[in-house]
Amino acid sequence: MRQSQLLRQKMVYSLLAWTVGIAIFFPILWTVFTSFKTELEAVATEPSFLMFDWTLENYSTVFIESRYFTHFWNSVVISIGSSLLGLLIAIPAAWAMAFVPNKRTKDVLMWMLSTKMLPPVGVLVPIYLLFRDFDLLDTKLGLVIVMTLINLPIMIWMLYTYFREIPSEVLEAARMDGATIGSEIVHVLLPIALPGIASTLLLNIILSWNEAFWTLILTAAKAAPLTAFIASYSSPEGLFYAKLSAASTLAIAPILIIGWFSQKQLVRGLTFGAVK
Amino acid sequence: MATTSSRFLGRIMISPAVALLLVWMLVPLAMTIYFSFQNYNLLMPGMQEFIGWMNYEFFLTDPAFTESFFNTLQLVCGVLFITIIGGTAIAVLLDQAIVGRNIVRILVLAPFFVMPTVSALVWKNMFMNPVNGLFAHMFTALGLEPFDFLSQAPLASIILIVSWQWLPFAALILLTAIQSLDQEQLEAAELDGAGPMARFYYIVVPHLSRAITAVVLIETIFLLSVFAEILVTTNGGPGYASTNITYLIYSQSLLDFDVGAGSAGGIIAVIIANVVAVFLMRMFGKNLEK
Repeated sequence: MRQSQLLRQKMVYSLLAWTVGIAIFFPILWTVFTSFKTELEAVATEPSFLMFDWTLENYSTVFIESRYFTHFWNSVVISIGSSLLGLLIAIPAAWAMAFVPNKRTKDVLMWMLSTKMLPPVGVLVPIYLLFRDFDLLDTKLGLVIVMTLINLPIMIWMLYTYFREIPSEVLEAARMDGATIGSEIVHVLLPIALPGIASTLLLNIILSWNEAFWTLILTAAKAAPLTAFIASYSSPEGLFYAKLSAASTLAIAPILIIGWFSQKQLVRGLTFGAVK
Repeated sequence: MATTSSRFLGRIMISPAVALLLVWMLVPLAMTIYFSFQNYNLLMPGMQEFIGWMNYEFFLTDPAFTESFFNTLQLVCGVLFITIIGGTAIAVLLDQAIVGRNIVRILVLAPFFVMPTVSALVWKNMFMNPVNGLFAHMFTALGLEPFDFLSQAPLASIILIVSWQWLPFAALILLTAIQSLDQEQLEAAELDGAGPMARFYYIVVPHLSRAITAVVLIETIFLLSVFAEILVTTNGGPGYASTNITYLIYSQSLLDFDVGAGSAGGIIAVIIANVVAVFLMRMFGKNLEK
């Protein structure tokens, strides 16, 4: 009796959860479907769900008519470049705060967090003018620098919470054996903290890939990553739904895959370790 | 056991990060403050001069400022409201024993990984467009007039789009919090004679409040700076109906080339963000101190 009641409860909850899940996912699903339709079918008054003539035409149009690969490559360079550069600066800092803390460490961490509260428009004009004067406008290098700096506090916080979980005895043992600090970090800390470092890297790739303030303001045709390329569809000519869908599907697919793999670590990174 | 030499080394290791962040924060901010007191228009080079508080006066008395201030407020509060309520409901639902929970979680999480320009353009064109959008087709099928979302209710439409992007974030964090609840603690409380209500109130609620605090703080920081979604959907219009402070400053600085007024606006945005941050920290601060 109780068994069947539990089963029924499970069925109801499952049905509800699946309905909510599909409803939330639907815009993405619809975009993927539309990317395989012809432009005419994409705007048909009776939208077809699965029963349409699947075509790859939009994908080839996007590849041929726009410089899709250039923008894709820009996104790759900017997000991976800034994440690696960020790690290079953040790992030593997080090491210092986790293993040789002093009385100001907590204040420094809070201060780093507070830099994230500075709204980007507060420095919009000077950054734009500095970029103009240093010839960094519309360059990948310029965006790598900006992305590294805006994500540095998150990287340091995330690494700090991972490093703090490593018992310092492990590092001390290595030091007793005569290891220098440098080799202690490279040969002892990094291998132990590798999962944490990997998820920090992934989260930062996601954040920089999707960043859409500085990428839209500081780039034009040459260094524009996918965020800015997709924005160019906001003033299109003629029918463009299917092409927009194809370009969008290609732009979000890599991050959806990375994101699903790193969803657990995401929580910790985005809440600065407040929720684990 | 930190030795003197390792302490010294620690300082060296941390200094590049501190120096970079300090420069990144202070130099541009000092420049913004300087420009905010200058009559400086990019179209009129060489005419730069000190004009005192005029830019602030100009920015603050502009009716566009008042309108975009309240738009910002509505945008932030609207999205927070939708995502916290919806996120809690989804988190509680996903915590139940359901069939294919991992797949549902993946589906719910997905919008968070979609870049802002994609989600805004997909919603704008394929759902909210009054002629070809899916909503228009649905309205027609039901015998209703199609509704032009982005010109009739631009701000509400943007709130909807941004909420779709942030709902997964709230749901994921609250779900993680619910799942990390210490079951032994709950059982111990039960053995000590605490009823279900007492257990919920004294253990579950304090546990979740920390996560809700984190969600509110982090979302607020990002929501104050919503930009791309407005740029690609309405350009802040019609009029200033969907302009927030971020977008207003952008248009003054880089579309009207009025660097002085844009900078004054930038400083005001920094002040607003600080007031909000201090207010939120005061309100929720003790939840995070654990």
